[in-house]
Amino acid sequence: MSPIIQVEHLVKRYKNSPTNAIDDISFQVAAGEFFVLLGPNGAGKTTTLSVLTTTLAPTLGKVEIAGYDLTRDANRVRAHVGIIFQQPSLDQNLTAEENVRLHANLYGLYPFRPAFWLMPRAYKTQVHELAAILGIANEIHKPIKTLSGGMKRKLEIIRSLIHQPRVLFLDEPTTGLDPVSRRSLWDYLTRVRAEQETTIFLTTHYLEEAEQADTISILHHGKIVAQGTPAAVKAHLVENYLLVDADDRAALRQELRQRQIAFSETPLFRIDLNGVSAHQLLKTIDTPLTTVKIHSPSVEDAYLAIIQEHDDDRAKTNGN
Amino acid sequence: MEIKKNAAPRGGIGHNGAAIAAIAYRDLLKFLRDRARLFSTFLFPLIFIGFLGGGMQATFGANSEYDFLAFIFTGVLAQTLWQSTAMGIVSLLEDRQNDFSQEIFVSPISRYTIVFGKIFGETLVALPQGLGIILFGILLQVPMDAARFTGLLATGLLAALYGGAFGMALLGFIPSRRAADQLFPFVFLPQYFTAGVFMPINNLPPLLNIVSLLSPLRYAVDLMRGLFYWNTPAYSDIVLFPPWLNFAIMATSFLGFMVIGTIQFVRAERNR
Repeated sequence: MSPIIQVEHLVKRYKNSPTNAIDDISFQVAAGEFFVLLGPNGAGKTTTLSVLTTTLAPTLGKVEIAGYDLTRDANRVRAHVGIIFQQPSLDQNLTAEENVRLHANLYGLYPFRPAFWLMPRAYKTQVHELAAILGIANEIHKPIKTLSGGMKRKLEIIRSLIHQPRVLFLDEPTTGLDPVSRRSLWDYLTRVRAEQETTIFLTTHYLEEAEQADTISILHHGKIVAQGTPAAVKAHLVENYLLVDADDRAALRQELRQRQIAFSETPLFRIDLNGVSAHQLLKTIDTPLTTVKIHSPSVEDAYLAIIQEHDDDRAKTNGN
Repeated sequence: MEIKKNAAPRGGIGHNGAAIAAIAYRDLLKFLRDRARLFSTFLFPLIFIGFLGGGMQATFGANSEYDFLAFIFTGVLAQTLWQSTAMGIVSLLEDRQNDFSQEIFVSPISRYTIVFGKIFGETLVALPQGLGIILFGILLQVPMDAARFTGLLATGLLAALYGGAFGMALLGFIPSRRAADQLFPFVFLPQYFTAGVFMPINNLPPLLNIVSLLSPLRYAVDLMRGLFYWNTPAYSDIVLFPPWLNFAIMATSFLGFMVIGTIQFVRAERNR
């Protein structure tokens, strides 16, 4: 299957800047995939997203989205993508329904009418459905200001989906939301993804949100420094280890030495698994254990390790 | 989510027309819901016409052929509408820096559609102001009949659209709202005088006359007066160019402003 997003040797250098904000990156996203772009502040995530969503012209490189060239066919690309910006982009002067109606007009879904009651029946039905999903049937004709932060975010997502985009770009969509709103937003997005097979392209600082991704790409100083499935990115660390402890710590220490099992005391006994299964290893230990913990790296562990590794490399290079 | 029924064809005239109407209507709603802005937009023209026009008429008008009240009324009406849209267009600068216009900029419509929508929106905002000023003029006994009333509305509409295009041309070269606020007094204030808003400019020294000819506002003001004073003895004393010439100059420069402004704005927007 051909990728829905194809980025080849993309470079973006801002005017009057001595360095590239995006420095020759290439990647592909398959249709229906959940793709997460991670990176520290200033890594180039928002710049990448701005280029992919046509609000910023690339300096070099080629980008195709839904089969259309980003530079030549920007409007066709726009018709096939939905975008949730980092900053809320609802018009505070309008009601929730007026925001949705404006979007529908901008995307050519319905003819313009100056009032809700003049709109086609299909539109009214649609709005009532949306209000029901959001639980704001009573607020749909009230100003945006009266909605909570979580509701506003949900409304933005619903609004961005009404033209049935093939790709939904989300730029840190849950920043500033409370845990309940975040969970409810992700439940909704997961449902949308399952029902509409929408490709999700996410940037986030909440690394647990990346655990469910099909592909993670880590951007650092404008370059992709790691990419793959969450499992593959974590494998980079090879940091699966076991933490054990016993009442008779001296006996455990002696047994581990006898069996030539490498360990360190942290103060729990840390034993790197190095490909051996935890079960296999535990079977070889006779000393009665009081604590057994298996540690698998999270995406956050992998992310921090990768960023640290690249910062160290850069420091060495600059030092030379 | 089935929402495509009754859809205007994407990318066609219907789609762009709906988008222009929607963007324009948004500006009108925003204006009508902003009470402070509503109040202030009416206040300044009323002060100009009431105090300046009334005062000059009382001081100089009695001993001259000029009806200063009507003269200043027409000048301020054209200037208010022209400047209102010109400055309103600059809200695109604000919009692109915060919140909402991102939504407009990523929608699948031509950049010209966005600009036209914005200009029509600001024109819609300017027209109620114009109507309010005309009613105030009637209260102050500015001579009025149906033909003049219609002429003022028509030329007021043209002045507002023309101001929008001028604002667009400015916008292409202004990096931020802050820069706009610093620049605007130098762009707008001198034109109050070089365009003859408050005082006649029939006998300017050659150098000032050149500056006056380069002031876009002059043509909007003169066109409005051309229709207002049509077939009156004061026409030859007050009106500088025949209405067709003012209209031709406005139409030509409107197109120039729009093309230059939009190209420059879109370029500045994407090529950061």
